[in-house]
Amino acid sequence: MAKPVDVLFDPVFKKNPIALLVLGICSALAVTTKLEATIVMCVAVTVVVAFSSASVSLIRNHVPNSIRIIIMMTIIASLVIIVDQFLQAYAFSASKELSVFVGLIITNCIVMGRTEGFAMQNSVKMSFLDGIGNGLGYSIILVFVAMVREFFGTGKLFGIEIMKQSTEGGWYVPNGLMLLPPSAFFLIGVFIWILRSIKKDQVGAS
Amino acid sequence: MWEHHLNLLVRSIFIENLALAFFLGMCTFLAVSKNVKTAMGLGYAVIVIQAITVPANNLIYNYLLKPGALAWAGSEYAAVDLRFVGLISYIGVIAAMVQILEMTLDRYFPKLFIDLGIFLPLITVNCAILGGTLFMVQRDYNFAESVTFGVGSGIGWAMAIVALAGIREKLKYSDVPDGLKGLGITFITVGLMALAFMSFGGIQL
Repeated sequence: MAKPVDVLFDPVFKKNPIALLVLGICSALAVTTKLEATIVMCVAVTVVVAFSSASVSLIRNHVPNSIRIIIMMTIIASLVIIVDQFLQAYAFSASKELSVFVGLIITNCIVMGRTEGFAMQNSVKMSFLDGIGNGLGYSIILVFVAMVREFFGTGKLFGIEIMKQSTEGGWYVPNGLMLLPPSAFFLIGVFIWILRSIKKDQVGAS
Repeated sequence: MWEHHLNLLVRSIFIENLALAFFLGMCTFLAVSKNVKTAMGLGYAVIVIQAITVPANNLIYNYLLKPGALAWAGSEYAAVDLRFVGLISYIGVIAAMVQILEMTLDRYFPKLFIDLGIFLPLITVNCAILGGTLFMVQRDYNFAESVTFGVGSGIGWAMAIVALAGIREKLKYSDVPDGLKGLGITFITVGLMALAFMSFGGIQL
């Protein structure tokens, strides 16, 4: 039986959902141009993964196998609706910026992957921890990507100016590429390269 | 009239390509792009599903969920705003459509059904499908526009995955550094493709 600590922290580095399992990149990359929006997104995903894993684990012995996918979908969709409504009420600007990507948490493969792959076989407490861990693993990559993109793209972090832009009398010429979609792919590619060069056992077949 | 639709079609295929400009459907995009043949099969399935679900969800949104949409059922319902159940109904429609398509293919086109195999049910959780619907709602397309957008975005996604599969087939023979093999180099390839696609930006018909 795995220890709770391992269940919580394994997904962060050893079994990172994005870098190793290639899950949940779908909605991840488009929201990483600003650190603030990214963090809202990370919290939303972590909450949804943790609670959907816990709820699925709670009813895992009562659900017939043939309809489990639909049941999971309903649970996940309900949780996402709650998160979406909450964001619209208390963080309206962030919710506007994330636009359709909050709704897309439903189809985020991390959520489905964890409920199907872990929560169906494990206790409620373990599933909840596993959900939090995977949420953190997802967040760490997103925050890293968002930090690089916002810093080099605009010279700011959290909207606070660090390097003054040349258009406003400063010295820094912002790198426009960083604000465009392709840069996120390059950054994740490089991140995976670094991770796999350190941990040789994660090298994949070409 | 039809120029507007042509413009929308070109926009949804090239400029606002769901895979390369909005990163939608990335999980499947990276996992199923190892050879051209399967990528092509999946591409067809996505086009069909997208062309059915986006208009279907458009009808649901316009006649059931939108504020004031229930006015046809009687004046006492005119003020009802059901937008908050949107997500659940869209995903329900998508899951049902995938199931129906699966049964139809099984009955009438068994060969294609076997070829697509596991990818067919996986379309339900493909973000590109739900994303298409959400963009349709956000941009307030009418029914005709939603048909064009559904078909166009499906074609765009299919084209992107077939192109990536073609590149990856060639990549097998190249000498890539160990850590970059597989996933890493795929990400960088997709990044370059996205850059190339950005040059379509600004095309107006």
